[in-house]
Amino acid sequence: MKITDMLTTAVGNTLRSKTRTTLTVLAVFIGAFTLTITSAIGTGVSDYIDNQIGAFGAKDVLTITKASEQTAQQEGPAEYDPDAGIVGADLTQFETEPLTEVDLDAIRRVDGILDVSAVRGVNPRYIEYDHTGKYELDVNATAHLTTPDLASGAQLDNAGADPQILLVTSYVDALGFPDADGAVGATVRIGIADYTGAMHEVVATVAGVQNETILASGAALSEALIDRLHAAQSVGQPSATAEQSVAAIAHFDPQATEAQIDAMQAALSDAGFEAATVSDQIGVIQTVVDGIIAVLNSFAVIALIAAGFGIVNTLLMSVQERTREIGLMKAMGMRGGSIYALFSTEAVFIGFLGSVLGAAAAVGVGSAANGLIVDRFLTDLEGLQVLRFEFVPVASILLTVMLIAFLAGTLPARRAARQNPIDALRYE
Amino acid sequence: MSAEGPAAILDVNDLHRSYGRGANRFDALKGVSLRVDHGESVAIVGKSGSGKSTLMHLLALLDQPDDGSLRVGGVDAATLSSRQLSRLRNETFGFVFQQFFLNPNASVLENVILPLKIAGVGRRERRVRGMAVLDQLEMADKAKSKAVSLSGGQKQRAVIARALVNKPKLIFADEPTGNLDTVTGCLVEDILFQLNREGGITLVVVTHDAELAARCDRQIYISDGREVIPELIGAFA
Repeated sequence: MKITDMLTTAVGNTLRSKTRTTLTVLAVFIGAFTLTITSAIGTGVSDYIDNQIGAFGAKDVLTITKASEQTAQQEGPAEYDPDAGIVGADLTQFETEPLTEVDLDAIRRVDGILDVSAVRGVNPRYIEYDHTGKYELDVNATAHLTTPDLASGAQLDNAGADPQILLVTSYVDALGFPDADGAVGATVRIGIADYTGAMHEVVATVAGVQNETILASGAALSEALIDRLHAAQSVGQPSATAEQSVAAIAHFDPQATEAQIDAMQAALSDAGFEAATVSDQIGVIQTVVDGIIAVLNSFAVIALIAAGFGIVNTLLMSVQERTREIGLMKAMGMRGGSIYALFSTEAVFIGFLGSVLGAAAAVGVGSAANGLIVDRFLTDLEGLQVLRFEFVPVASILLTVMLIAFLAGTLPARRAARQNPIDALRYE
Repeated sequence: MSAEGPAAILDVNDLHRSYGRGANRFDALKGVSLRVDHGESVAIVGKSGSGKSTLMHLLALLDQPDDGSLRVGGVDAATLSSRQLSRLRNETFGFVFQQFFLNPNASVLENVILPLKIAGVGRRERRVRGMAVLDQLEMADKAKSKAVSLSGGQKQRAVIARALVNKPKLIFADEPTGNLDTVTGCLVEDILFQLNREGGITLVVVTHDAELAARCDRQIYISDGREVIPELIGAFA
């Protein structure tokens, strides 16, 4: 039998008992639909995270903290160590110890580290534009880890002397700007309290407006602005209080390879520090998302396996019904292998129908839902496409479903192929 | 045995076939030998349960004998691979069944060209050859009708067309008139014997119908799994 004849015959046979085929296809449809949706969510969210890291995550930055002491996890209180750094009042919430100058020197000596600076925390109280009202200002303390996704304006000039701020989109309306473009270049006043509680105001220029992302949920401040805020904040600080910081930011060569980064991290780890790149930090989120998607996918696969049994059942009935036909074809010289191929093709065709319809429906429904979700519920996460349909995952779902269908078809196909023509022809 | 002339189309020697085991063992054939030459028409006659159907299945290579030899056109069937057997059945044999075995929902033409489809003949040629053989049997106008809509006689003509379409050397007919009324049955017999006489197609008819058997060149009577002389049982006077 020619392959084209095999295909047309198989398709014709499948369509012969329409109700049965429709129901089986429906079962496959549900599985394929679910799998396409869940994998699209996986792709969408992963892509979003990847994009955030890829486009906005700084590639040459390590966040360094002191490795948390094992004693912290021990039962009972840790023994007092007079040489350990003292955690300032603001920093007691952290479990790690603060970094000292000695530590920073140690980090600097690690091969490949270009520079290192302690993270200075500034806590501005409010922001105001043109006396239209004061609003609390959230600062993104880790803004240096990312390149913000700009809605308007330009990135911060960290080397410049001009104090600059990158607002997030939600501040544009509140501060009384007509739109994001209108905010760029404006001068805002930032209020900050010093050690004695006296309020100081620092003036800053809006360099740009950034989209809110999972990496950046507060305003980013330029180095010059941080300097000024820090100076204002430190007024009245007792001289005995050492500069305290739990985290340091180290830069390395942006061209560094994975191996070089790994070597740096290992060296830092040996020296008693924990160092993480931006993608390491985001990787944690990615792992959680992957886990959720894996669970959803496994439900869809279970649905598909159930559909596979539907295919087995359908084809077994079909073999039963067509016993005489099979016997006749064998008597006329059709070989067992061809009969096997014929029934397998029917199984694969059912899988094909179900998966193509299911995937197509998923793409249709998903695309419609996408717009709805992003417009209504997740407006803050700009650039997010919850469901993302890409060729390779969808194609591999189609192939997987057809493979499951083929496997489901093997039992009935074997039974058909082994049919004895005489018994089959005698069968009434 | 085959010393005279060309090899016989069928030449079987001491065929045995039994079903089941132990106490349930049933010997369907207990040593049958026969020879069918090219162009002959032979009737295998017997009551139901006599073993005649078993014999036909063995002759048509649909079943293997437990013992005995079977040569088709001089070739020992036991030496053929399953591929060669399938090919032989497809190209050399045609089958006409009492129960027709037509696919009811397919068109007459579709049913007729099934052997060509199995042989891997192209679509266009299948159609041409299918229509030619339907024309020969005066069924061309029914080519597009569904098999289920045909009368009994038309069905059997469609079945004969299907048996003929791959130009077989030998047609096995299992009770070809069993499901037909006398007049229609006669017409179908006429067609078969005409093919035998004019087309040179060897005919092996399995039947318990004495009249049909009598129209064949030769009759082989089977009773209880053995060939018998009809006068001895007196059933087929």
